[in-house]
Amino acid sequence: MKVLTPRDERDALRLYRRNPDAFPLAGGTDLMVLWNAGLLNKKTILDLSGLRDWSRIRETPKGVWIGALATHAEIRTHPAIRERFPLLVDSCRTVGGRQIQNRGTLGGNIANASPAGDTFPALAVYAALVHTVSDNDRRVMPIDEIFAGVKKTHLKAGELIEGVELQTPPNPPSRWRFRKVGTRAAQAISKTVFAGQLWLGKDKVVDDVKLALGSVAPTVKRLRHVETHLTGRALDGKTIESALRLLPGDIHPIDDIRSTREYRLQVSRNLIRSFLMGR
Amino acid sequence: MPAVGQDKLRKEGPKKLTGAALYVDDIPVKGAWHGVTVRSTVPHARIKDIRFLKGFPWKQAVVVTAADIPGINCVRLIEDDQPLLADAITRHVHEPVALIAHPDRSAAYESLKFVEIEYEALPAALTIEESLRKKAILRGSDNVFKQFRIKKGDAAKAMKKAWKTVDTVFRVPHQEQAYIEPQGMVSWFEKDGTLVLLGSLQCPYYIVKAMQPIFGLPEEKIRVVQAVTGGGFGGKEEYPNMIAGHAALLARKAKRPIKMIYDRHEDMAVTTKRHPAVVRHRAGIDRKGKLVALDIDVVMDAGAYLTLSPVVLSRGVLHASGPYTCADVDIRARCVATNTPPNGAYRGFGAPQTLFAAELQWENLSEASKIDSLTLRERNLVKIGSELSTGQILKESVGLKKCLEVVVKRSAYAKRRKEHALWNKKKTAPTWRGIGLAAVHHGSGFTGNGEVFLKSRASLSLTKRGRFRIEAAASEIGQGSMSTLSQIVADALGVPYEWIDLEVNDTRRVPDSGPTVASRTCMVVGGLLHAAARDLKAAILAKTKKFPKTETELQAAAKALAAKGPLRFTRRFEKNTDIEFDDKTYRGDAYGSYGYAALAVDLEVDRTTYEVSVKKVWTAQDIGKAINPKIVEGQIMGGTLQALGWALLEKPVYKNGAMINNQLTNYIIPTAMDAPAMDVVLVEEPYSRGPFGAKGVGEMPMDIPAPAVCAAIRQATGLLFPEIPVTPESIAEALRRKK
Amino acid sequence: MIRFTVNAKTRTFSGPPFKRLIDVLREDFGLTGTKEGCSEGECGACSVLIDGKPVNSCLIPVCQINGAKIETVESLGVPEKLHPLQDSFLREGGTQCGICTPGMLMSAVAYLRAGGDASPEAIREQLAGNLCRCTGYQQIVDSVARALGTKPKTGSKAK
Repeated sequence: MKVLTPRDERDALRLYRRNPDAFPLAGGTDLMVLWNAGLLNKKTILDLSGLRDWSRIRETPKGVWIGALATHAEIRTHPAIRERFPLLVDSCRTVGGRQIQNRGTLGGNIANASPAGDTFPALAVYAALVHTVSDNDRRVMPIDEIFAGVKKTHLKAGELIEGVELQTPPNPPSRWRFRKVGTRAAQAISKTVFAGQLWLGKDKVVDDVKLALGSVAPTVKRLRHVETHLTGRALDGKTIESALRLLPGDIHPIDDIRSTREYRLQVSRNLIRSFLMGR
Repeated sequence: MPAVGQDKLRKEGPKKLTGAALYVDDIPVKGAWHGVTVRSTVPHARIKDIRFLKGFPWKQAVVVTAADIPGINCVRLIEDDQPLLADAITRHVHEPVALIAHPDRSAAYESLKFVEIEYEALPAALTIEESLRKKAILRGSDNVFKQFRIKKGDAAKAMKKAWKTVDTVFRVPHQEQAYIEPQGMVSWFEKDGTLVLLGSLQCPYYIVKAMQPIFGLPEEKIRVVQAVTGGGFGGKEEYPNMIAGHAALLARKAKRPIKMIYDRHEDMAVTTKRHPAVVRHRAGIDRKGKLVALDIDVVMDAGAYLTLSPVVLSRGVLHASGPYTCADVDIRARCVATNTPPNGAYRGFGAPQTLFAAELQWENLSEASKIDSLTLRERNLVKIGSELSTGQILKESVGLKKCLEVVVKRSAYAKRRKEHALWNKKKTAPTWRGIGLAAVHHGSGFTGNGEVFLKSRASLSLTKRGRFRIEAAASEIGQGSMSTLSQIVADALGVPYEWIDLEVNDTRRVPDSGPTVASRTCMVVGGLLHAAARDLKAAILAKTKKFPKTETELQAAAKALAAKGPLRFTRRFEKNTDIEFDDKTYRGDAYGSYGYAALAVDLEVDRTTYEVSVKKVWTAQDIGKAINPKIVEGQIMGGTLQALGWALLEKPVYKNGAMINNQLTNYIIPTAMDAPAMDVVLVEEPYSRGPFGAKGVGEMPMDIPAPAVCAAIRQATGLLFPEIPVTPESIAEALRRKK
Repeated sequence: MIRFTVNAKTRTFSGPPFKRLIDVLREDFGLTGTKEGCSEGECGACSVLIDGKPVNSCLIPVCQINGAKIETVESLGVPEKLHPLQDSFLREGGTQCGICTPGMLMSAVAYLRAGGDASPEAIREQLAGNLCRCTGYQQIVDSVARALGTKPKTGSKAK
């Protein structure tokens, strides 16, 4: 076990370039579970905890910047995020217990790329932009495009997540909701996670809608087919039902140790329906 | 002021609250090496070879296999069928095959990767069904470890004459005790050859007995000491025999102390669980709603070895008819062998399995008869003078009716049922609501003649320094036995609670007061100590004329009375001549007394997600006498939540004979947010032979919530689930099918 | 070398940088009040405070605590003189087997210092990261409420 402990961003990127197989360590709430299970023996660790700047949350002209090392607890209690991005606050509140919220970071959570990441559907409906940085490059990727599969991202060798940018929508949505369905009331791994925002215009016509689900596919899914069908149509029972029929095109739930494919599909459908119907 | 009936502060509380209490892994042991276990990876196979591969510095380690066992290779309990280390054949996944000790804990774990076992596969029976089909034969000719039958009257004839009959198959799964402190043991040999074991355990004398055949040592050369124990719930009743044997074998070969501490994954995968059971329950009532016939068939999954399964099954059988009278009863029960890790003791010990069927069946009888299940219960409850399935006549201390009345009233059961029915008709309501009831009895102490065979002893001493000291092998595992026993002794002597100490639970210092199991510590051990206290008090009075009123007076008296050593009185359990049980026919007084309980669960089922949220629990439990009400209430609420977990969340998932969700992340136990508010009422119908009237407490709360939950879910959804846990997935699926 | 304070005492550590905080506390400093229950951040038995915030010490490599202020259960009180929170737990039945207790206390003490709300729902949410298998949680919730100056309404009712 070798631990690299960079003091600042430049140092970190240089070390990572030289040690592309190193495991970046943020809050450790996922990585340390692997270590405890003996799965990281003899690996190299890049400990990012010295990068103090990366844990900042700040307001920007367009919205909010959340440093990769900001913890779920810091995000959950930040006044600007509480005011403008309530879905993210709700999702951070459901991550583990207080101990995990105090330690786990947003950047670490994204890099870990669990299909059950609780914050991802919220980030997806806010169309969050993930900023990455390497020794010789900077990139920006939409949240739902950074994931390549179960526990896999499109991050390149030597590339780290620097922060997440959220842009305040021009008009506040008419309706929004976050709902996690887990294995129990708290400290649970999700079976399905829903986040949605809806903008209704005149005569209940859908001006815009953003829906996302987690835990029902290898990565978080924006429900593009369902969204497209709804947009521009009057929101009535018939429209909702026909939109819901498109859901299987957007998600691919599976049977696993925690739940079943059927349940995930049905509850996802129910969650979207009850959100759209305003119940 | 008397101590009994007061919320006296927990004796060992301050140490536990400050981190000063030493659990097994907290005790520094100089020169100790760490022991780990090599386990089989297949459910049933001949072991052809065990190879210790290159790449690990084996010279630094000590390795033990079955060949190193000096005596008999067994974990002695009821029988000697379970090997301490599998030799020629392995009968379940995770069966111990070899042991390794190393000075460094992580190196010890690393060494496991360098052991290879060669197998020749044998057919395996992994479930009750496969065992009954004889997919593999593990025991005798039919895989049946043990069977019981209770027959009273003619159930078949009575069933034919009944007005309404129901026939249902109920299923309950494994359950993991999930004590928060995993199992652990330290072992070494003294210079004089004495084997010492120090660990997290419930029954020190079980370990003394289990070590004798392995090492060929006499009882006096084996010393077992209980460390502060972080929960047991039955899980540390018999399994510590195994880990003790392993640690001792390594200590013997390594010639130094050995520490074996399981991590959570190992603990969950390999240690005993509650027995899964299938109960086919047939019941008949007459037009008045009187229970006239019961025909019950119970099958429990014992796992690969016998362990305590016959006793678990026995308790299951004796509780199978529920706390109701029925003239014609036929109960048949078997426990069968499967190629899975052995199941064993878990709070309730067979009764939760059969009571689940007995209680939930009232919902089906209610459906069939259109009489509500509360009324049906009321018409059949046992009372003084009632006869149980074994022919036992209840002579005293039956508080069941009172318990049920209290719960029905405090929960506003009838009103809520009506309100919920209206709520559930609303199309736009976000939830369905339901309230459900159950009532149970639970025998206190060992079954049948168990206490007679045990011949438990407990002592009370006055020390030279003028302190009263309890000497018993009763293990404090969180249930509050230290305080409870001290309160009994304090009042029997007529002295303050603070004057009572407890001797360390060390077999060299305390007599065998029997295992800490079966809701027996307060009633049985407490009873012995109560009698010993009377003896001691009489002896003090005989010398001093006036019983000491202050500590100074007591110290003065002690100087005279205990100058040459403690003044000690020991009492041994004696058979009550008017309690008779026939082990062969299962007729007679199965238990000296029973506790009784009623409970109501109010819950909601989310119509979007099918998640069940328990809103409130009301329970009333007749425990004879609450020696320490706060502690009794803590026992009841803790047991209730374990049972709610069993009913709704906890599901050990088995694949190829092994539990695959063996971690607290995936074996789901309730958090503080899953736990409902609980309203607990203690009903006190004293038992004449219990100390101050006390009966058993610990297990009953585990028996009762699951059927009440299923009854409530039935009101909420219209679905009766005869199988737990009732997960959101099972509700969703059942609703889909109903459409 | 890593430097930090444990219970207001300055400590240094120069062993393996990836040794877990729980092991450093227990093995190197003899502070065995902090318990290990699951080694994956699920049970909360290993909870300690870092800079006043509850965290799972089984998930923290010691290299990450340079300059930090660590508090463990040993910082609260001693058996002869309990901290008010410990006294509340003793009186309300908040400890049974005791293995979850140190972690539970550390979560609760952070809540107390933050001026937490005494409603049972809020207390339950704060403690959701600490599993207890003995109590059913109600007496723990009552203990925290008592420490917050609220008299719990529950309590046994003998008949």
